[in-house]
Amino acid sequence: MSGIAITFFIIAAVLVWGGLIASIVFLARKPQLDVYPEGSELVSDDD
Amino acid sequence: MSAQQHSGAHGTVASRPREQWSGQLGFILSAIGSAVGLGNIWRFPGVAYENGGGAFLIPYLIALVTAGIPILFLDYAIGHRFRGSAPTAFRRLGGKAGKWLESLGWFQVWICIVIAVYYAAVVAWAASYFTFSFDLRWGDDPAGFFITEFLQRSDPGFSAQFVPAVLIPLVLVWVAVLAVLGSGIAKGVQRANVIFLPLLVVAFLILVVRALFLDGAMTGLDALFTPDFSALSDPGVWIAAYSQIFFSLSIAFGIMITYSSYRSRKANVTAPALVVAFANSSFEIIAGIGVFATLGFFAFQQGVGVDELEGLTGVGLSFITFPAIVSQMPGGPLFGALFFGSLVMAGFTSLLSVLQVVSSAFQDKFGITARQASLRVGLVLAIVSVLLFSTTTGLITLDTVDQWANNVGIVGAAIAATILVIWVFRKGPELAGHLNAVSTFKVGRIWQLLVGILAPAVLLYMLIQRIIVLVTEGYEGYPLWYLAIAGWGTIAVILIGAITMTALRWKHDPDDFTPWPSAQALKELKK
Repeated sequence: MSGIAITFFIIAAVLVWGGLIASIVFLARKPQLDVYPEGSELVSDDD
Repeated sequence: MSAQQHSGAHGTVASRPREQWSGQLGFILSAIGSAVGLGNIWRFPGVAYENGGGAFLIPYLIALVTAGIPILFLDYAIGHRFRGSAPTAFRRLGGKAGKWLESLGWFQVWICIVIAVYYAAVVAWAASYFTFSFDLRWGDDPAGFFITEFLQRSDPGFSAQFVPAVLIPLVLVWVAVLAVLGSGIAKGVQRANVIFLPLLVVAFLILVVRALFLDGAMTGLDALFTPDFSALSDPGVWIAAYSQIFFSLSIAFGIMITYSSYRSRKANVTAPALVVAFANSSFEIIAGIGVFATLGFFAFQQGVGVDELEGLTGVGLSFITFPAIVSQMPGGPLFGALFFGSLVMAGFTSLLSVLQVVSSAFQDKFGITARQASLRVGLVLAIVSVLLFSTTTGLITLDTVDQWANNVGIVGAAIAATILVIWVFRKGPELAGHLNAVSTFKVGRIWQLLVGILAPAVLLYMLIQRIIVLVTEGYEGYPLWYLAIAGWGTIAVILIGAITMTALRWKHDPDDFTPWPSAQALKELKK
């Protein structure tokens, strides 16, 4: 592979696979909100 | 609160509670299973190569961020807030004055009906080729085998001559997919995705690693990733990028509305959507590496450059080029089995999601169960699928219907949805408020601008450009009378189907529904 092709492969890997990892980490750290709007007590977790 | 009371106060169409995914992971895997389909494997690599190689990644990523993810958020917001299949959700979104918006949901459902009947046939072909891989059944002439021997292709038309080699696996695919659908969301769709998606990733990664060690693999990757910056000044390349993102993410034809409607009311919506979107693109990059490493080997074997190869996308890549490569490869049968096994799994989980849109809509409208929808509606679709696509004219019919359903049907539905939701019914602020009220990743005015202005503008350009080409140049040289029936006729069927279904009576009142959080609560949150 040429240098420019390797560079673009690395850019793709960092942005796309990095985006996947970042989004998974973001979701894992904060899977849901701590506080919900009014009326949430009428809505059970399983509905 | 009883189920009966709950349906009235918070909204399920039937008197029983709405089905749900068992949790966040089950939903995410199922949504990824829907997005990762045949197009990720056979479309993205070739499209990227033909539109600037490495440079294509620039418009591709911009399209992902400015259109793909915003429309995905829109679909999730509609399904999650209005908790129903596409017709139910759009009807509720429209409110008292906009009940007719249900027809847009049915338009999406009918697109799914059309896609399901031919998509099942491609999954059946891949399943057949999975078994053919073990003895390299296609011999020295994969093109002749696929067209003449396997499909027994005849001229454009509507043949009643069935091809048993297609008919039998097609029936088996329908039996399998309807059995899963009939088992419901958690026990059927989610369970199938939890099994098949990890299997798909593992099988495809093995294929990629094997491909990377083939002679010529690096030449193939060089061809894929070397940028042609001049391509960036070509509007066609940008449209190709937006098209790839749009068709790849399963957005704007009811799937993500339906899937998000099965999430709990307090579920985080946007953060899982980001995982789904990036997972889909991640698989496309992996597919690009696997496919082009393999094509590099093929070019090396032939003593030609990658740019001299033909059949780099779609059906030709999968059922003609890849079998030819497999025949020349050490350990070819195993490689072929991995490739076609991956196609089957990717296609099967996507087919499930397409059919879930249909099943969910019929369940809501007629108050039937998942099993009843699978048996009644699914059986009719299976019969239509077999009649149209297991005959000698199946390939040409599939090619034509696919062209119109995607490029006219889905794109038209997406334009209608974005304009109606954002501009006519002015639901942008409410949907943004809903996303922010339940999600950890917040959206703002920029999201509304992307969904309301950029997305419809790009999509409208794509639609007009395609319609001009289809009207002035036809398609693939097929006769005009045939395109009128199989192409434009498909759009007519979708339109008539949408109008007819909207006119029918609901088993349970879909308007007996109160969204949560309330509009008042959302306004207070905004302050």
